[in-house]
Amino acid sequence: MITMEHVHKSYRIAKRNGGFGEAWKSFFHREYEIIHALNDVSFTIQDGEMVGYIGPNGAGKSSTIKILSGILTPDAGTVLVDGKVPYKNRIEHVSRIGVVFGQRSQLWWDVPVIDSFELLKDIYRIPDSQYNQNLEELTELLNLGELVRSPARQLSLGQRMRCEIAASLLHQPRILFLDEPTIGLDAVSKLAVREFILKQNKIHGTTVLLTTHDMQDIEALASRIILIGKGQILMDGGLEDIKKGNKDIDETVAQLYRTYDI
Amino acid sequence: MSKIRKQAGKAWYNIKLYKHYVSVNFRSMMQYKTSFLLSLIGQFLISFNVFLGVFFMFQRFSRVEGFTYSEVLLCFSIVLMEFSLAEMAARGFDAFAGMVRTGEFDRVLVRPQGEIVQVLGSKFELTRIGRMLQAVVMFVYGVVKSQVAWDFPKVLTVIFMLIGGTAVFSGLFLIYAALCFFTLDGLEFMNVFTDGAREFGKYPVGVYGEKAVLFATFIVPYALVQYYPLLYILGRRTSIGYMVLPLAACWFLVPALGLWKFGVRHYKSSGS
Repeated sequence: MITMEHVHKSYRIAKRNGGFGEAWKSFFHREYEIIHALNDVSFTIQDGEMVGYIGPNGAGKSSTIKILSGILTPDAGTVLVDGKVPYKNRIEHVSRIGVVFGQRSQLWWDVPVIDSFELLKDIYRIPDSQYNQNLEELTELLNLGELVRSPARQLSLGQRMRCEIAASLLHQPRILFLDEPTIGLDAVSKLAVREFILKQNKIHGTTVLLTTHDMQDIEALASRIILIGKGQILMDGGLEDIKKGNKDIDETVAQLYRTYDI
Repeated sequence: MSKIRKQAGKAWYNIKLYKHYVSVNFRSMMQYKTSFLLSLIGQFLISFNVFLGVFFMFQRFSRVEGFTYSEVLLCFSIVLMEFSLAEMAARGFDAFAGMVRTGEFDRVLVRPQGEIVQVLGSKFELTRIGRMLQAVVMFVYGVVKSQVAWDFPKVLTVIFMLIGGTAVFSGLFLIYAALCFFTLDGLEFMNVFTDGAREFGKYPVGVYGEKAVLFATFIVPYALVQYYPLLYILGRRTSIGYMVLPLAACWFLVPALGLWKFGVRHYKSSGS
């Protein structure tokens, strides 16, 4: 379903020290630093798999998601998602994936959520019957009920996140990228979101790639974990392989980070 | 043939989608009725100020480079209409720097529609109707006061001016947005061309001298949507060519679109 082979991506960022003098200097002469966000990354994800993608901040998780969803073009390497190269034929590719950025909203702030859904229906060109069916199913599974009649700004974070997830699944994508979907949610909402993702995978066989810092997410959802640090894949295996008898998953991951010095 | 039909179908769908975006924008704005009304009035008054500037000028001088008060009003009101139409529709480009900075543009890229229709749809500024209203009032006044013998070709010329002018200003907004891909911040100097053109547009470009006319003909084609067709309307030129020049100004969108496409490619390879 998803293959990445020897993918490289680096950014050039301007760097300067703090202070007014430095800012003035950088106005005329800039020093650049090359950041290797991804350094020879390879992995394969099968159809219907749920994979947790973990690593500390700045490890390259977002860059990977951006490349897989066609936002970024890699410097080198080959990427195939569902048999297609994501950054070529953007429009064809993105109609078959769903992306949830936990930190960013895709709902219109001031109009009822259902209005945003209706707009998405036109954006994805979803036929009426399929739209109604999907909406009904999502409403039930995510317990949306009357929520969709309120403007997004009046919803709590948990309620809004459920609506965000529904918005990303209206077109029934075969692949779902979740970038920190449970960030900032309370316990009840977290459980609801996790339960829903599991069901979605079970009912529709949706392939899920999930990045998170919440290890309970991983424990609940992912059967396989990929660990990335400093742009390289450090570990790729089942949850049990990584835990190695250690009880607490947070402790395990902290140990991993220390071992690899990332 | 089928390719053309496919393209036409796509264009038609984009228009439909854009209309849907506009309606969502409209519903959003109606959530804040007071703010909407105040902005509307504000926009009206701002343009009224500029009108006063022209008015007082003509209290002292009866003509500027051979143009009378009502002729200048006619010219200015048309430029103002073009500008407000473009600002209303292409406001999304004006606010585009924010979209790139907040990563909102990533969302645009993961949706199966063209980037431009999505960016345009992200913000439709209905409050600019205030400015439009001001322009219409001025235009009517100019029409009544100036001794233009209106006939069908002249009315058509005004319509062409509105189309061409909206295209030129939209093109400028598009260039402004495309530059955001490279700087991440709006380039204020671009306002020289947009707001500046609106201000300079008060008077027919010919007033500013030959070099200004050359610039406004071949670089940023203001003159094509303002000066030349105005001469035709005022009966100072009779060639039919002056009538269709405003439509030719639409070509300005071609390099603007090219720069935009280049910007999108740059964004995809460099990230932000």
